[in-house]
Amino acid sequence: MALPKYTETRYRIWHYFYIAICTFVFIFLIAPLFVIFPLSFNAEEFLVFSEGMKNLDPDAFSLRWYKDMVYGTKNPWGLAAKNSFIIAIFATLGSVILGTVAALGLSSRHMPFKGIIMATLISPMIVPLIISGVAIFFFMAKAGLAATHTGIVLAHIILGTPFVVITVTATLSGFDHSVTRAAASLGSNPVNTFMKITLPLILPGVISGGLFAFVTSFDEVVVVLFLAGLENTTIPIQMWTGLREQLSPTILAVATCLIILSTLILISAELLRRRSERLRGINR
Amino acid sequence: MSSETKQILTTDGIPLEISLKKAERKNKIKAFLLVAPLLLFLIITYIFPIGEMFTRSIDDKMITNMLPKTFKSMETWDGKELPPEEVFASFLSDFKILVDKKEHGKLAQRLNKEKNGFTTITKKLFRQVKRNKIDETQSIKEQIMKVHKRWRNVEYWQAIKRTAPPYTSAKYLKAMDMYLNEDNKITQVSEDRRIHRILWLRTVEVAFFVTVFCFLMGYPIAHLLATLPMKYSNLLMICVLLPFWTSLLVRTASWMILLQQQGVVNDFFVMIGLVADDNRPEMMYNKVGTYVAMTQILLPFMVLPLYSVMKTISPSLMRAGKSLGGTPFVAFWKVYFPLTIPGIGAGCLLVFILAIGYYITPALVGGASGTLISNQIAYHMKSTLDWSFASAMGLMLLSGVLVIYWIYNKLVGVDNIKLG
Repeated sequence: MALPKYTETRYRIWHYFYIAICTFVFIFLIAPLFVIFPLSFNAEEFLVFSEGMKNLDPDAFSLRWYKDMVYGTKNPWGLAAKNSFIIAIFATLGSVILGTVAALGLSSRHMPFKGIIMATLISPMIVPLIISGVAIFFFMAKAGLAATHTGIVLAHIILGTPFVVITVTATLSGFDHSVTRAAASLGSNPVNTFMKITLPLILPGVISGGLFAFVTSFDEVVVVLFLAGLENTTIPIQMWTGLREQLSPTILAVATCLIILSTLILISAELLRRRSERLRGINR
Repeated sequence: MSSETKQILTTDGIPLEISLKKAERKNKIKAFLLVAPLLLFLIITYIFPIGEMFTRSIDDKMITNMLPKTFKSMETWDGKELPPEEVFASFLSDFKILVDKKEHGKLAQRLNKEKNGFTTITKKLFRQVKRNKIDETQSIKEQIMKVHKRWRNVEYWQAIKRTAPPYTSAKYLKAMDMYLNEDNKITQVSEDRRIHRILWLRTVEVAFFVTVFCFLMGYPIAHLLATLPMKYSNLLMICVLLPFWTSLLVRTASWMILLQQQGVVNDFFVMIGLVADDNRPEMMYNKVGTYVAMTQILLPFMVLPLYSVMKTISPSLMRAGKSLGGTPFVAFWKVYFPLTIPGIGAGCLLVFILAIGYYITPALVGGASGTLISNQIAYHMKSTLDWSFASAMGLMLLSGVLVIYWIYNKLVGVDNIKLG
């Protein structure tokens, strides 16, 4: 962004001002995530930087809260993590299967009422979560599925499918349908064609939709708060209660682990996006 | 050839047009069958329950089923003076059934909501009925009127009559701080009890300002990301995408740490001498906290659509604008800015829709002055268990969001939502 030599002073000043604003916004976006790292290694019980930490005294740092997270006697994090992973994995599987199949139908040019059906399928993403929570709670209570894993998994499938539908339809929009016709003309049945031809080509889109569904479920707290009993506690619920009641540094240890997890997800999502663009022949 | 064109036939003798239509219909059914499982699933578990919220919010059948004979006999009563003997008699027989089913408490509770004072007089009547003090061969009207002076007051009978319809708009009026008075007129509640209207206004205000802040902060960085060379912008893009993928609660937690009185932001202010050490401002548990945290959390939803639009604008357009004599500001305002309007629309509407239904962050960092309508809905769902009131408020919020969604759809189209 080097400025040409002939730039007038006022534009020069404006340009540096613009760079300053951008720097500020980037710091605003990313810095909050980095306060958590050092504080989670705090040797003391307070959520502020102690004098020792400011002087980089090694005694002021410890792994105490990580130990507490894993071995703590009263800590519910073990159960919460287990529940979160089980629920998120099943919700992702459900969302991916239902969403991909629906996206295949939606991308067909023969699909009737495309607009209204698409709007319905996307609606859980647009309707405020609190309303989805109330509605899903009414259904689950009637179906006897409140406070069960099944109920929460179904709820998260509802919330996760829109992401799969959107990413897979986007992938299919660049899809060359003549390859499936070629397969059919060579005698392949539709299921075989899908498994051998279509799926490998749209797989990056399917997986990145799945990642969205996974994160949605793993991160979801509003609907779970309505549905979960003591047995179905999840990581977000524990964080929510922890943040409301006693802010213990153990939460920061958990948060650090979650940030590492989201970094991994970000990297895989980026790699998938690039692969998908390569497969669809979009060159940048 | 004659003037009539000959019908084209397929090899098996069926007219081509019909044969094509058949194939078309087959394809249509095939496509629909693929969508059907998800559509059915969503309709049963999601769309119907939202509809159920509506019936629940206007439902007032409980009392209609409790006093069927009373309401039947009240049909002929003009409601001006005390009702005739017949009404009293059917009320007593309805009431006796309720006493047998031990549901008279529920009746008292419901009637008390309509008019204060019903709890006491139903209790008194209950005692008389329990002790079999009411002689059915005598005038029931006289006996009930003797139980308590309020039974002689026509206003209480009018209140009972008002509860007759199986549906009520009371919950919706309550959400707007209004109620139906004795003459069936919509009235405002007294000034000191108007809490919901403040919450609605605050919700819209917070959503609006968060959208404005997101736009003001998101536009410059989206522009920078779109104009920088790939290798730098990919690196900076991480600053946008990492928060996007990080748990909402983690980000809220970090804001709670940053904004607390002994927190990093206050430390910084003290360090540069902006505030005195013993006079650190409270930045959390008020609107400041809500604004700051929500802006950071929703900013990626503004940057991503803006970026995807700006990426398609050719830099030569700005150069052309400048070479035709425009200053950089004029070139930006007349050439670049109008081209980014679709992105601005998409980003702003997305952020506004998300902000208006926000619940978790305001509940944690907002304190009392940061609570929004969603918090109120959750409160009535979980604490007071007034589910019909929560449903009514939820649907009012939903209709607002749907209007915005509809505009969004008209302007950008749902299928143009871009993720990541």
